Amino acid sequence: MNIHEYQAKTLFEKFGVYTSKGVAVKSMDEIDSALAKLPDGVIVVKSQIHAGGRGKGTFTDGFKGGVKVCKSKADAKFTAGKMLGNTLVTVQTGPAGRKVQTVFFTTGVNIKKEYYLAILLDRVSSRPVIVASTEGGVEIEKVAHETPERIFKVFIDPAYGLAEYQVRQLIFQLGFNPTEQKNAAKLIRNLYTMFWETDASMVEINPLVTIEGDLVEALDAKVSFDDNALFRHSDIVALRDLNEEDSKEIEASKFNLNYIALDGNIACLVNGAGLAMSTMDIIKHFGGNPANFLDVGGGASKDQVVAAFKIILGDPNVKGIFVNIFGGIMDCNVIACGIVEAVKEVGLKLPLVVRLEGNNVVAGKKTLADSGLTITSGDSMADAAQKIVHLVNNHATPL
Amino acid sequence: MAILITPETKILVQGITGDFGGRHAKLSLDYGTKVVAGVTPGKGGQVFEHGSHKVPIFNTVAEAAKATGATVSAIFVPPPFAADAILECVDAGLDLAVAITEGIPVKDMVRVKRVMQGKKTRLVGPNCPGMVCPGAGKDSHGGCRIGIAPGYINKKGHVGVVSRSGTLTYEAVFQLTTKGIGQSTTVGIGGDPVNGTSHLDVIKLFNEDPDTHAIIMIGEIGGNAEVEAARWIKAHCKKPVAGFIAGATAPAGRRMGHAGAIVGGAEDTAAAKIKVFQECGIEVAVTPSDMADALIRSAKAKGVKLS
Repeated sequence: MNIHEYQAKTLFEKFGVYTSKGVAVKSMDEIDSALAKLPDGVIVVKSQIHAGGRGKGTFTDGFKGGVKVCKSKADAKFTAGKMLGNTLVTVQTGPAGRKVQTVFFTTGVNIKKEYYLAILLDRVSSRPVIVASTEGGVEIEKVAHETPERIFKVFIDPAYGLAEYQVRQLIFQLGFNPTEQKNAAKLIRNLYTMFWETDASMVEINPLVTIEGDLVEALDAKVSFDDNALFRHSDIVALRDLNEEDSKEIEASKFNLNYIALDGNIACLVNGAGLAMSTMDIIKHFGGNPANFLDVGGGASKDQVVAAFKIILGDPNVKGIFVNIFGGIMDCNVIACGIVEAVKEVGLKLPLVVRLEGNNVVAGKKTLADSGLTITSGDSMADAAQKIVHLVNNHATPL
Repeated sequence: MAILITPETKILVQGITGDFGGRHAKLSLDYGTKVVAGVTPGKGGQVFEHGSHKVPIFNTVAEAAKATGATVSAIFVPPPFAADAILECVDAGLDLAVAITEGIPVKDMVRVKRVMQGKKTRLVGPNCPGMVCPGAGKDSHGGCRIGIAPGYINKKGHVGVVSRSGTLTYEAVFQLTTKGIGQSTTVGIGGDPVNGTSHLDVIKLFNEDPDTHAIIMIGEIGGNAEVEAARWIKAHCKKPVAGFIAGATAPAGRRMGHAGAIVGGAEDTAAAKIKVFQECGIEVAVTPSDMADALIRSAKAKGVKLS
C-alpha cells in the first residue's frame, strides 16, 4: 500500500525524522487558513499523487510542473488553484495522468547539498538494507549504473537491529560535517525504527538535504507498506486513498479477486498467480494483447466467477475473454457452472474461449457444451490462446 | 528415492482442525500419505477422523513428533500465527516444515529466516503449494503429498520439478504425466520474497539425487533466485534442465498476485532471466504449454531417457 508524501511526512514527524513544516489542503476554501500556518517567504507547492516525476510533469490543460517553488503566499495560492482538480501527467502516470485531489504546501529551504537515502528489503540476504548516496535529487538507478562507487549500503541483522557502527559508516561515507553527522545519524536511526515498526516495504527520501544551520532534512518522502502486515496497523490502513486506486481493482478485492488493469483488449480469468501471469504472456506470444491480470485464487466459487465477469466487462476496451483454469483440487464443473451462469447473467456478446483442465474436467466441458451458449473450447493453453487471439483480431463471431 | 521426502515420510499437520488444513489433510490421507498427527493448541487429545483414518491431535508440535515419529510438518495456520508455527517446528527439531499459508508479513519471515540459520530444520514456502513425491499405485497413489497440490496428476518417475507458482507447477506435471513421463519429486517453493528454500537449494538436491534424471525449473519476474540457480546449473549440473519464466508482459512496479512477483529493476524482468537461462544451457519453454516438450528437447540433446 502506498501513501502520499504529506502523509509520509506526518509519520516522519511522529518518529523524529526531520522534515520542514507543511500543510495539506483538499479544496480551495482551505488554502488561506493553511498558508496562515506557514511563515512568510518561499513556499513550495506540491501535487499529491501516487506517482513520481511530479516536478517535470505537465497538467492536461497545459500548466507545467506538479511541484512549484513560489516566492509568496499569493503566488502559492494561485499555483495551488491551478493544480487542485487538475490532471497531472508524469513519466510514471501513463498518458491518462492522475487527478490531483490534494496539494501540499511546505516552507522553502536553502539547500546546501542533496543526498539519497532509502530503506527496503534485500531479497538476496532476506534482510533490510539501507541504501545511501552522495548523489541526491536524481534517478538512483542512473547513479547505480554510472557511478556505483557513490552508492553505499548497510545490511541489517534482524536479530540485533541497526547497529551504531553501521550508522557511523554511512555518515562518514556521505561526507557530512560534524554537526551534520549528528543530525544525520539521528535521522537514519529514527527512519529505520519507523521502517521496522510500521512494516514498511520501502521508505525513500530523494533528496535528503543539508540546509543552513547544518540541519539534515527529508525534502521528499515516498513510503509504501507490506500489504500482508496491514492487519496489525489500523492507523496506516486509515491513510489509504481510494482515489489513487483503480475502481475495478477495489471492486475485485471485495470478492477476493486479484485484478490488475492493463491496456490490451483480451480479458483473462485464471486461477493462480503464476498461471495468470503466463496466460497474459501466451496471449501476447500469439499476437494478442491482455486487458488484465485476474487471479480468482485456488478455490474459486460460482459467485466469484460471476463477479469476475462483471469486473472484466467494466473495461470498455475488452473485445474478448479467455478463461484458463487448471482445477487441481477445485472442481472444473463448478467453474463451468459459474461461467454459464455469468454469461447468461451479463448477456455476454463477446467471444469467449474457455480452457478447462484437471479435476472433473469431462463434466465441466459437458456443462459448457450443453449450455446452448457460444463458448469456444480450447484443449491446451496454447490452443485456447490462439483461438481467442484469432477471434478478437479478426472480429470474428464465435465458432 | 526422491528429495527431502519419500512415500514413507510421516507428516503432521499444523492447523488440521481448520477448514483449509482439514480438507487437505483428508486429501493427503486419500492419496495414501502417512499423516500421523495433527496439531491445534487447545485441542490436544481429540481425534481427526476421515473414513477409517483416526489421526490423533496434539497441543504442541514437540508432543506430536515425540508420540508419532513425525519428521515433517504441513503448516496451514492463518498468517498472523504462521511465523510462530514455523518456529515451533524448528524448536521441535523437525527435518522439514512446509508452510502453505499465504499472506505472512515479510518482517515475520525476515525474523524467522534469521532464527533458522544454523538449525537443522528446513523450511519450504511460505505461500506455496507444498511438495509431492508420487507413489507407485494408480494415479500415483501411495505417495507423499504435503500441502494443496493435486496428487492424482502425478506419476512416479525421474523428473524433478521446482516452481514458485502452484497452478503453473500442476500445468508442468500434467504435461509430463500426459506424455508418460513421471516425476521424482515436485517442490513448490512459494511466491513470497522471503522464503525458506530457494530454487538453487532444490536444484542442488535434484542434482545429487540419483533418482532424478532431469529437471524443470519454473520461475517468475522479481528477485534473482532463478538467475542464481541458472548460473550454478551452468557450472555444476550435467542433467537436462528446462526452464520457464512467467510475467513477460507484467508492467514494472505492479505486484502480480504473489508478493514476490514484482519487477523492481532491469535484472528481474522475464526477458533478463530468460536470457540468463539461455546462456546457461537451460532449454527455455516458449510458452507454458511447451514446458514438457522443452524438457524432452533438452533430454534428447543430452542423450538422457526420461521414461
